[in-house]
Amino acid sequence: MKIEVLGMGCTNCNKLYQNAVEAVKLSGKEIEVTKVEDIKKIMSYGVLSTPALVIDGLVKVAGKVPKVEDIKEWIK
Amino acid sequence: MLKDFADYIVYNLIGLKPEAHLGKALNFFIYDSIKIFILLSVIIFLVAIIRSFFPPERTRRILSHKREYIGNGLAGLLGIVTPFCSCSAVPLFIGFVESGVPLGVTFSFLVSSPMINEVALVLLLGLFGWKVALLYIGTGLVVSVVSGVVIGKMRMERYVQDYVYQTKVGSAEIARQSFREKIQYARDYTKDLLKRIWPYVLIGIGVGGFIHGYVPSDFLLKYAGPGNPFAVPVAVLIGVPLYSNAAGTIPIVQALMGKGMPIGTVLAFMMAVTALSFPEAVILKNVLKMRLLLIFFGIVAAAIVGVGYLFNSIL
Repeated sequence: MKIEVLGMGCTNCNKLYQNAVEAVKLSGKEIEVTKVEDIKKIMSYGVLSTPALVIDGLVKVAGKVPKVEDIKEWIK
Repeated sequence: MLKDFADYIVYNLIGLKPEAHLGKALNFFIYDSIKIFILLSVIIFLVAIIRSFFPPERTRRILSHKREYIGNGLAGLLGIVTPFCSCSAVPLFIGFVESGVPLGVTFSFLVSSPMINEVALVLLLGLFGWKVALLYIGTGLVVSVVSGVVIGKMRMERYVQDYVYQTKVGSAEIARQSFREKIQYARDYTKDLLKRIWPYVLIGIGVGGFIHGYVPSDFLLKYAGPGNPFAVPVAVLIGVPLYSNAAGTIPIVQALMGKGMPIGTVLAFMMAVTALSFPEAVILKNVLKMRLLLIFFGIVAAAIVGVGYLFNSIL
């Protein structure tokens, strides 16, 4: 499993990154969370609003910050 | 009912006199704060639900390959209901332009989206009444359409940063939200937004209350009245650095209107606060060359000043 956080470094993007890391920690799984900050790469996912959360290539959320519990649910 | 409550607290519990400046100011503060926070909670929640049906991906589909005028008008309208945060301005701009939304239409969206926002609307509705709120929406749409049409006519495509047209936009499916998730999101969104803006709302209403109670009633007529041709541009210049703080500025402006600031100047000032901001300019610099950035801000500012003069002369 792979988690990517898309965003060019805004406050909300950092918050989403922290939530994702926290969710992974709570789930006890070995999942890598990476930040994608390059705009061309962000666009290749087809999202128009950031921050966005991508799990295994599927855009789960765009334009808002999901809560830790929600992310934990998605990576179960 | 709210009025009775405010009267009771100030005149009965605290024991101030209704004729006194302090009593009047405090009464105003309590009444307006309660009213605004009720309106904010209800309307932000409703707007968040409506917006969940208009993700930017859908707006882009609707606007793609639209002609000018119709496209600009639609973009202005969709700007009201599509959620927008200046932190997504870059991906949004690239996504729009790449999928064939004309440049001028994209700009119409970029003007109306931040300008006609839920916080500004609630404060206008609660403090000025529905007529001024509608006037603000209507003139905001006109400013966004005019600015977009002018930029479209100027053929500014070559002043967009070069990489924008070379970027490939993917077409990933975005996971759908159930209605329950939408409600839950709207609730969280309302809570977060209120948590962020409540101090500004209170300070704004407090300062407004002070002005209501203490400043003589035609104080501003001398300086900012219809007789002063510089009042509108100066109001716009003052509005720019107050960016996105509609929550704190609108209550103050409302009080100033009671002291003789004419409606055109009031509208122009509020539009400058919401639509023109330095942080947004810095973000848009990522996709626009300096020349187009300056032209964009110049045209929007000119349109706002025009609205100010127009309403000062007819109302």
